Parts: sequence; structure tokens; C-alpha cells
Amino acid sequence: MTALTALTALTVPVAEPRARFTDLLASEWIKIRSLRSVAWATGASGLLVVFMNLAAAMSDYVNWFDYGEPVRADFFPDWSIEAAFTQGAVMVGFLAVSAIGAVLVASEYGTGMIRTTFAAVPARRAVMAAKLLVAAALFTVWGAVVATVSFFGSQAILSWRGVGVPIGHPGAVRVVVASALIAPVAVLVGMGLAALLRHVASSIVVAVGLLLLAPALINSQREWLIQVDNLFPLTAWMRLSELATDVPAPYLTLGGAWAVLGVWAVVATGLAAVVVKRDP
Amino acid sequence: MRRASANGIVVQVIELDALTKRYGDTTAVAGLTFTVRPGRITGFLGPNGAGKSTTLRMVLGLNAPSSGTVTVAGRPFGELPRGLRHVGALLDAADVHGGRDAAGHLWALARSNRIPRARVAEVLDAVGLESVARRRIGGFSLGMKQRLGIATALLGDPPVLLFDEPFNGLDPEGVLWVRGLFKRLAAEGRTVFVSSHLMSEMENTADHLVVIGRGRLIADESLAEFSARSAGRRVVVRSPEAARLAAVLTDEGAVVSPGGEESLTVTGMPVERVGELAFEHRVLLRELSGHGASLEAAFMELTADSVEYLAGDRR
Repeated sequence: MTALTALTALTVPVAEPRARFTDLLASEWIKIRSLRSVAWATGASGLLVVFMNLAAAMSDYVNWFDYGEPVRADFFPDWSIEAAFTQGAVMVGFLAVSAIGAVLVASEYGTGMIRTTFAAVPARRAVMAAKLLVAAALFTVWGAVVATVSFFGSQAILSWRGVGVPIGHPGAVRVVVASALIAPVAVLVGMGLAALLRHVASSIVVAVGLLLLAPALINSQREWLIQVDNLFPLTAWMRLSELATDVPAPYLTLGGAWAVLGVWAVVATGLAAVVVKRDP
Repeated sequence: MRRASANGIVVQVIELDALTKRYGDTTAVAGLTFTVRPGRITGFLGPNGAGKSTTLRMVLGLNAPSSGTVTVAGRPFGELPRGLRHVGALLDAADVHGGRDAAGHLWALARSNRIPRARVAEVLDAVGLESVARRRIGGFSLGMKQRLGIATALLGDPPVLLFDEPFNGLDPEGVLWVRGLFKRLAAEGRTVFVSSHLMSEMENTADHLVVIGRGRLIADESLAEFSARSAGRRVVVRSPEAARLAAVLTDEGAVVSPGGEESLTVTGMPVERVGELAFEHRVLLRELSGHGASLEAAFMELTADSVEYLAGDRR
């Protein structure tokens, strides 16, 4: 029992180092790292997204001569870039990453761990901010790796047919960056919803509804519905993943699409910051 | 607010002042006012649903009071940026993420308070979990989780410690060990506040008792004072001179009823006093024994009106 040192100075205030936000970041990073399920889910979903994109490119490569002459003539660059980031892969990514985000927060509430956390760090907003920041950083890196591998891998495959898009092509970098940054947006949406609902399953259902279902269900040429559709991150990503710079109104401008992604990240963060004050 | 005098003295007390928590129409904690002092173990007793856990959560700033205040060393705990060096707490041993291993769990908490990593091994060693440091908490028994919770409370070497039902799930050795640990922590001058719904657990542990029922304060006194409440205590005494002894005891204020065959049953007088009087009056005794009315009984009697959940046949 060497662990306990007798208190010799009970009548003086507790001596402790100044509270630093970086300690909370380090703590939240340890928490994420020490959950094997999160590591598996993160790695597996990244591999799946990359696989789906490379498989799309591979299928174009294999089926190349079955495509009609006009298709082959028009393939470069728009269809080439679509093979790098297929909609299916992006939807799988949205689903997986927002679900991981929901699990990161809701499992801490669901298990009661959050009370242990808040008893150790009563500054709840700082804890939640650290949690969001660490997850957003992790999934920015995840998104960057997945997007980079998807882009260069798929374009390398397509270049065997002479239709690979080089990274220097106008708009290509923007497509890669946007495809990377939807990952931190998705994780923040999952975490914000979980902070509100404190329940894994319901958080995932709502996240899927907002990120995938709602934009998929809005299928109309009416202007006001297009404008509603514009508010969703999936729509914003679809706009940013086109090489074209200008599209007619009421479709999103590039700036508008970036703003939509940013607003979702900010609103999710703000939501978590507000609801963290409720009794855990 | 800060309970510090001009020379910077801070007393590590927990102070509740008219602390109240309401959930809709139900009042879980109703105007609790008491002080938990350093250097001793204060038992926090009450039947299930008395409001003990709610009170402890309010001490830690986890639940906001509906009214009233609670401070630790003069400050609301929730205002502190970091807590582990101020108050160590075991609220619920299940408040952990089962997917993490014990060392990872403690290290994440320690790191948030800038407590060095070596401390994790120290506290695991102190609670006897060093051999399962790398095992996932999900596979722990309740007793092991209690030990992990105690390790968490010790991480910051804090002057104030709170334990909610720490004996649950512990084997007899575990109970003895925890008791010894609490005594040592109190002897070191720390404020130790331990809740329980069983008097038997507190009888050999606490120096001071705070008893609540239905969210209200019932008693706030030393264990000795609490024992004195055991009004129902009986002393059985047997003597060939039973009649003479009965007269002596009655003169001194005891209530004496004959039990047949030289035997008397005495209430309202401690067993020691009966022995003294017999000695002073040279009455030969063949038996002298104290009976019944344990602290448990006193506790049951005291909280009888405030038990929240009664089994059917006792209603």
C-alpha cells in the first residue's frame, strides 16, 4: 500500500497544475484509442469505401470495350472522377462514420461512463469540445487517406485505358478535399445527435435519416424542393464532387456547398455544447 | 462563498445547505443541511430510495439542485475545472465503459487531470487489480468493478472521498479491506463520506452517521450517540437475590420485569451499569447479558416511517 500518501497539509488548498485543454484532448484520444471496436469499425469502413471506389474503376476498366463509342469518347474527365468517389461508397462512408460518432458519445452516456468523466472533469463543455475535436481530427485524417487512395488508385486503374484524371486537372483537388472533409462533418453530426439523444440506436437512425434518406427522398424538379435538398451535406458533397465550376440556379454554387458542410459541422458542435449542460 | 480565512486556510468539508432536488412532483432530496468533516468516516445511511445517490450526485455537480447549495472546501464542485485532486468518487461501479481495459480506463481519467501515468499502476496495485490491468472491464465481476471504482477515487490523492454503496458485491475479505482502507484514509485526515442502506456495514466502519429517509435528514450524530438511541436494549440478569437487585435497579431508574427462576429482564439501563450496581450492592450474579436492539434495529426503527419500498407482508 505505497499508493497513498498521508495528507500533511489539509488546511491548505489543493495544489494542482493549471488546467489545460490539451490534457482533455490527450484524455479523449486515449479513450478513442482504447476501444477496440472503434478501431475495427474505423479501419474496416475505410477499407470498404476504398474497395467500393476501386471496384468501380476496375469495372470500368474491365467493361471498357462493352461501352459504346460515345460513352468512351465522353468518359474523360467527368465519368473518370465519378469512379474515384462513387455515390454508393460515399453513402456507406456517411453511414459508417456518423454511426461511429454516435457510438463514441452515446456509449459514454449509455454506460454511465460520462458521470465518471464529469466527476473527473467538471468542466463539461471543455470535455465535449475535446471529444468532438479529437474525433473530427481523427476522421479528417481518415477522410484524407480514404479520399487520396480512392482518387489515385482509381485514376491509376483508369489510366490503363487512357482516361485517368491527373490531380492537376482543374477541380480535381477540390473533389478530393471535399470527399475527405465529409468524414469529419459526418462524425460531428453523429456525435451531436448522440449528445442530444444519449442513445446509440436512435442517434444512428436520425443521423441516417438526415444524412442519407432525406436527400434521397427529395426527388423533384420543383425549385423550392431543390432548395431544401441543397441544405443537406450529401447534396453539397455531390455538387463539390463535380468538376464543373458553374451550374445554374437553384443548384448550389461551390461556395454554397462548402458553406452547407461548414454549417452542419458548426450546428452539430453547438448542439452538443448546449445539451451537455443537462444532468447526465 | 469560499470558506477560507485571511490566512488562506481551507477546510476540506462538504457542506450542504437546504439542498433540495425535485423531479416533477416527487421530491428526492428535501432541504438537507449537514456538514461532513475531515479526519473521520461519515456514514450516509438511508433505506433504498432515500435520496442518497441523488445527494452524492449533487455534491459532484452532476445533478443541479432545485434549490439550496452544496460546497466542497467552500466551492461548488462543478465550478472546478478539474476534479480528481479535489474529490475522489465512486458513485456507481457500473459507470465505466466495458470495452476498455482497466489500465486504459484509469489512464484516460488520470490524463485529463494531468496525473502522471505511474499513478495508474500505483492505484491498481493499491486495490489489488494489478494482474487484470489489461483485461477488459466488461468481464469484471461487481467486486472487481468496485475495486476499480475505488482505484479511480484514489487517482488524484484527494482530501475528500465519496463512496456510494462501496460494499456491494464485495466478498468478506473485500469488505474488511475496504473498511481498513477507509479507516486509513480518515486517519490521514481526509474527509470520507460513505453511503449505505445497511446499518450492519456502517456499524464497524463509520465514526459519524448521517441518516436520511425520504430525502429528509433524520439523524446527524456520532456512532456512539446513535447507539444510545437503541432504547429497546434489554439486559438479562440472573441472581439468587433477584428481588433485592430488582429494587436497586428500579431505584436507579431502570424498568425491571421478573422473568421467573431468579431471572430479571432490565430495560432502560446499559448492561455495564447493571453490573456496577450489582457489585456496589454486593448482589451475587449468575448471569449478566445484553440482548437485542442492535444498531440495525435502531436504524430500522428510526427509518420505519420513511421506507420507500416495503415487501407486501410488511405493509
